[in-house]
Amino acid sequence: MLTRIKYTLAAPGIALLAAVLFSSVILLATGVSPIEAFLNMAEYGSRGVTLVAVVNRSIPFFLSGIAVAIGFKMNLFNIGVEGQYIFAAIVAAKVGSSVDLPAPLQITLILATAMTVGALWSGLAGVMKTSRGVHEVISTIMLNAIAVAGATAFLLRRWSVQGDGQSLETKLPEIAESGWFPVLFTVDNGRVGLSSFIFVAIAVGVVFHLFIGRTRWGYDLRATGISATSAESSGVNPKRTVILAMVLSGAVAGLIGMTELLTFEHNYNLRFIQGMGFTGIAVALLGRNNLVGIAVSAFVFAWLDVASGVLEVRGDAPRAVVGLMTGVVILAAVISYAVIERKRADEELRTASDAIKEVAT
Amino acid sequence: MTSTAIEAQGRFNLKKSRSVRFMLFGVAGVMLLAVTQTFAKTPTSDITSSGTWSIAVAWSIPILMAGLGGIFSERAGVVNIGLEGMMIVGTWAGAVGTILVDPWFGLVLAAAAGSIGGLIMAVATVSFQVDHIIAGVAINVLAVGTRYGSDLFFPKYGGSITQSPTLTAPATFDIPLLGPMFRAIEDKAWFLVSDVAGILGGFFIHTTWFTLALIALVPFSTWVLWRTAFGLRLRSAGEHPIAADSLGVSVYKYKYYGVVISGALAGVGGGFLSVVLTGIYKEGQTVGKGFIGIATMLFGNYHPVGTAGGALLFGFAETLRLRDPAAPHGLILGIAIVLGLALLYYLIKRNWKRVTVVGLVFALMAWTYATTTSVIPEIPKITPHIAVLVVLLFFSARLRPPAADGIPYRRGDH
Repeated sequence: MLTRIKYTLAAPGIALLAAVLFSSVILLATGVSPIEAFLNMAEYGSRGVTLVAVVNRSIPFFLSGIAVAIGFKMNLFNIGVEGQYIFAAIVAAKVGSSVDLPAPLQITLILATAMTVGALWSGLAGVMKTSRGVHEVISTIMLNAIAVAGATAFLLRRWSVQGDGQSLETKLPEIAESGWFPVLFTVDNGRVGLSSFIFVAIAVGVVFHLFIGRTRWGYDLRATGISATSAESSGVNPKRTVILAMVLSGAVAGLIGMTELLTFEHNYNLRFIQGMGFTGIAVALLGRNNLVGIAVSAFVFAWLDVASGVLEVRGDAPRAVVGLMTGVVILAAVISYAVIERKRADEELRTASDAIKEVAT
Repeated sequence: MTSTAIEAQGRFNLKKSRSVRFMLFGVAGVMLLAVTQTFAKTPTSDITSSGTWSIAVAWSIPILMAGLGGIFSERAGVVNIGLEGMMIVGTWAGAVGTILVDPWFGLVLAAAAGSIGGLIMAVATVSFQVDHIIAGVAINVLAVGTRYGSDLFFPKYGGSITQSPTLTAPATFDIPLLGPMFRAIEDKAWFLVSDVAGILGGFFIHTTWFTLALIALVPFSTWVLWRTAFGLRLRSAGEHPIAADSLGVSVYKYKYYGVVISGALAGVGGGFLSVVLTGIYKEGQTVGKGFIGIATMLFGNYHPVGTAGGALLFGFAETLRLRDPAAPHGLILGIAIVLGLALLYYLIKRNWKRVTVVGLVFALMAWTYATTTSVIPEIPKITPHIAVLVVLLFFSARLRPPAADGIPYRRGDH
């Protein structure tokens, strides 16, 4: 048990340490004191108001991590989460602003729309893989560009309203208030509030956990990830499993933009938050595709993202150092996971052979 | 049969299948463009002009470099999704080198920066046997960190955190004799002949030494990979590393070579994009060219010549975005013609499933063409990406990747 904990924590620990060391070296080399920068971040990052913002930011990171992890569980790389959630958000915003139903119906309609759009867009990549053998990495990346630069840009132009004539901002009409997710409580005189969308995220996390660990379909997914050939010979339909994983991943991806849309912005506009999908890959990799890991790494990345805001204001460390840190965390994490995995396998082998020797003598 | 006879026969077959197929493809493509050019209802003089094609050639270079990089890496058995990141680093380093010294130094620095990316990739995938796709994704995330470098460097030279100042562009020139010759034929406006001259002329006008040098890498890579001991060893590492190891080839070393060369090529491609093509570094300016490069590699079935053809196709798609906005609309006619021919073929073959699919798309295209006079402005931006999907849908099933491509190899595990 103790060794298991040691092995589980070693890799992310090494990764974070490597990131801190590497960015310190970079900061030193460019004439900035890393200690001052990190102390600034720690001080700003431990305030209540910052922590609320961090949790708000963790919600989309967490959902994005879950969406990516569903694919990773069976060695399927859904790099297209980015396009799926942005496309889903604009369609959901359109639907939400076109109808005004009682709250439960309105919310269900908006969320169902977002999940359907996400699932269809990722399912397209799944169908391309199973019917024509197109690798999902390239197809999802291309679908990202088509969704963001093509479909979403077109729809934003087509559906946008010019508001009250005062602002020239391109945005969709506001979503009916019955579809909003209110803030649970506010801090700092109402400046920042915690989004109640966190309950949806928690529910998604629990369903993900149960689905992967406790259902036949989840078992099929994991079995295919460990060994596609043995899964197939034990009766798993590989094509159906690929499409299932892609569709589920896209459905969860569809929810990523909802915190922003339903709690804070209430409309889809040009400033709509981007890049959540790519961070999700980082979250899933560091979190090792399991529920707790994803939750913790979503929080870590959200903290880095939000707390680094202070660097621009105080001191002269460029905020971009966090981008560098994220990259190092991922790289160090995947390498140390690989090394530790190998070490553990070697150790298991050794324990087993020792046990056999003991029996033999 | 002696070994030379077998080799000769093999070479003959290879030539027959590949060259003939490419020539047929090429002729069909040019005819299609010529027909589109002549019959499109909005006048488009641009589809086969040498001006358009000189831009298409230039814009195909970054994609070509990524494609060649992919070949070196995957022939050595490492799937390299990190090409995009290496290219991003190349665009940045190219701009830095150009500001500090001159464009030549910029491209050298771009290659060096790209090969550092390749080295990191190689350490992860070869030494630590990390899953290739995961490592590549990690490289792409890491490349976003170039913003830190931009923040430190460009503001001092009049740029900003996301872009460099305008760079001094290298001189362009027309190649004597050939350039004017093709132009003269083009100006005659003979159906098909002038179109061919326009396309060929694109290689000889408004070119730079960089463009010519990088195009020369296509035959050079082919020679290195298929006619030298180095190439044989590199490919053996990707086809059957265990056998290669048993024959004394240092598999790890050749995988390192492959991935580092791959990074250098992608880096040069990025440097070419910022220094030669656009004359400025902008964050996010690669817009997936590294990935499009991977698609061209698949289009060329892991061979440089076919990859170059694919890169030209994508360079052309890119050009439409930059030039005549009427041209993409004309191309709908071209696509409809291709689909119409395919429909006819499947009707004769009585493949009803295909007839339905192709027929539907054909009807959609024909209807779009008939009822509109221009395309929505978003379409030219995403044409390359749609083209990648179409290419992959058609070619993925016929690929013959290196046998051990993408499988982490650990010495002594077998």
